[in-house]
Amino acid sequence: MHTPSSIPRPSLYFSYQVHEPWLPRSGAPEGRHPVVIAGSGPAALVTALELARHGVASVVCAAELQLTQGSRAICFTRRSLEILQQVGVADRMTAQGLPWRFGNSFYRGQLVYRMEAAHDPDDRFAPVLNIQQQFLEQYLYEACEKSPLIDFRWGNKIERIDLLDDGVRVHVDTPAGAYALRADWLVAADGGRSGLRSQMQLSMEGASYEGVFVIADIRIDLPLPTERLAFFDPPWNPGNTILMHREPHNIWRVDYQLPPGESSEEALRPESLKKRIDAQLAMIGFAGTPWEMDWSSVYSARTLTLSDYLHGRVVFVGDAAHLLPIFGVRGANTAFQDAQSLGWHLAYTVRGLAGSGLMRNYSAERVGAAREIIDESGKSTRFMAPPSRGFRMLRDAVLSLSLTQDFVRPLYHWRTSRPHEYTDSALNSQDDDDALFEAGPAKGAPPSNVQLAPGDYLLDHLGGGFDLLVFAGAAALPEAVVERVRAWRARGLGLRITAVGGAVAGADQTLADSGGRARAKYGVGADGAAYLLRPDQHVCARWRALDVDRLEAALLRALGAGVHPNTGQAVCA
Amino acid sequence: MKSIPQLDRAGLEAVYDTLAQAIDQAGVEKAELFLVKLALLQAQAQGDAQAFVQQVQAALRDL
Repeated sequence: MHTPSSIPRPSLYFSYQVHEPWLPRSGAPEGRHPVVIAGSGPAALVTALELARHGVASVVCAAELQLTQGSRAICFTRRSLEILQQVGVADRMTAQGLPWRFGNSFYRGQLVYRMEAAHDPDDRFAPVLNIQQQFLEQYLYEACEKSPLIDFRWGNKIERIDLLDDGVRVHVDTPAGAYALRADWLVAADGGRSGLRSQMQLSMEGASYEGVFVIADIRIDLPLPTERLAFFDPPWNPGNTILMHREPHNIWRVDYQLPPGESSEEALRPESLKKRIDAQLAMIGFAGTPWEMDWSSVYSARTLTLSDYLHGRVVFVGDAAHLLPIFGVRGANTAFQDAQSLGWHLAYTVRGLAGSGLMRNYSAERVGAAREIIDESGKSTRFMAPPSRGFRMLRDAVLSLSLTQDFVRPLYHWRTSRPHEYTDSALNSQDDDDALFEAGPAKGAPPSNVQLAPGDYLLDHLGGGFDLLVFAGAAALPEAVVERVRAWRARGLGLRITAVGGAVAGADQTLADSGGRARAKYGVGADGAAYLLRPDQHVCARWRALDVDRLEAALLRALGAGVHPNTGQAVCA
Repeated sequence: MKSIPQLDRAGLEAVYDTLAQAIDQAGVEKAELFLVKLALLQAQAQGDAQAFVQQVQAALRDL
């Protein structure tokens, strides 16, 4: 019998609500569901919301009766907010969160590197927003509750699964005993210690680093701006690195590396935490400022991924699929991109709009993204927590040189999470005009946002299906294109025509582009140019002039016609 | 390919002495750190990552 705790978790700033468990009726028949989702973290909830948006119902199995303990992920990138906007929670995030764009690295009391992330007036969201993960999960959960397509089951712990030819039997334990569910697809969003990954005996590729870090959240009133602070080799913790971040509600994250050999248990003793946090506060000039501990935990840096996210009808997403280091805010920010991608790939597969290649493509694209992230974040990790004597020597040499030599300072850059570009995706059109564009998001890239009017941005108007952006002017949309779009819609495909910069007969919506910013940002020279965006908003084709045959070919390809059934790589038409 | 000026005999001897004295000045504990800093400064001045790899290979020989 599964007995999740019904005692609200402690927190200085967040009121945990303990939910009633979902209990099976005795003797009820084994239900059959298109999608069951294991987990209730950000990857699980964004997947459920995206599936619902594309018309597919899911059952979410949350093992606990309440949201996650502690702030966990606190830094959310611009692209994450753009994805969260798609599932309807971005406004709540920005209302509570603290935006920032500067990072400061200190060595021997000197500011040796200041990172300034660009903020383009065409962007709705700041480069990074700090907010505790519980708030994000609360907003996502409330959005799930509003959806008639999401069956949220608190206190339902997945014990084991049986793999079937055309689905998965899911054995679930609850406070009222066990029951079984039949799923056509099972989404493994059960986190970094994924029980499903263990049960299926899937091993991960990549590296684990030895350095152990403590993360502690304290409540303290510090008159400092919301900027990332990094301290290298400080006197109180020689050779190691300390990070600090402001969070809402006067909470500060203090993150410090432990000396080699110290155990996690020792490091998390209250006296040990207090001594080190006091030393850090003293170093930054706030000795004696009162503070309270909210939550603490330990982690070590890992750059690991499954080499395939699709195993029969079980599909992995978020931390269950990969473990990425904290440096560069990779964890949750990668999970949103996974979940947004999985949502439409799985929905279009379940709804019969795509063949088996589309789910293969999900795995190929996201494993590719994880490997790119691992390559980048490995560099940050080797600087923040050098894994060997050689890396430590080089890091120390750079610290020392950085006091006087500009050229080494960019090595402090922690390479903040950014969206992967699916440049070689099998979903990209093969005969479009991509190569003829001199600017704008290329095939496979995420879209560029554009401020159309104060408070009004291009991405506010896109998403939920495929988007065909037509840059208008004198040229009208060919009637054959409009008819073909209608035919696709009649088959159930989400496909909307957006005219940018002037009305076009046959368009579903028209966006003004009075300053020509959208045209410039998308590299549009002549009237009639068009972009096709996938439901995750990545560009899959762009044309200088649209014609019905090339649009048809691009849509077929974007639905997986060109995906190799085994490798997920592109096959030529 | 850009031509790199070579040290003449007197220049090489001057570098020899300067480096030896600097290692002594850095002291046993800091000599390694000093040499890594110097290598990075030299690599930056040379501006050629591939040439640096060749020098690393040459220096690793016959240790």
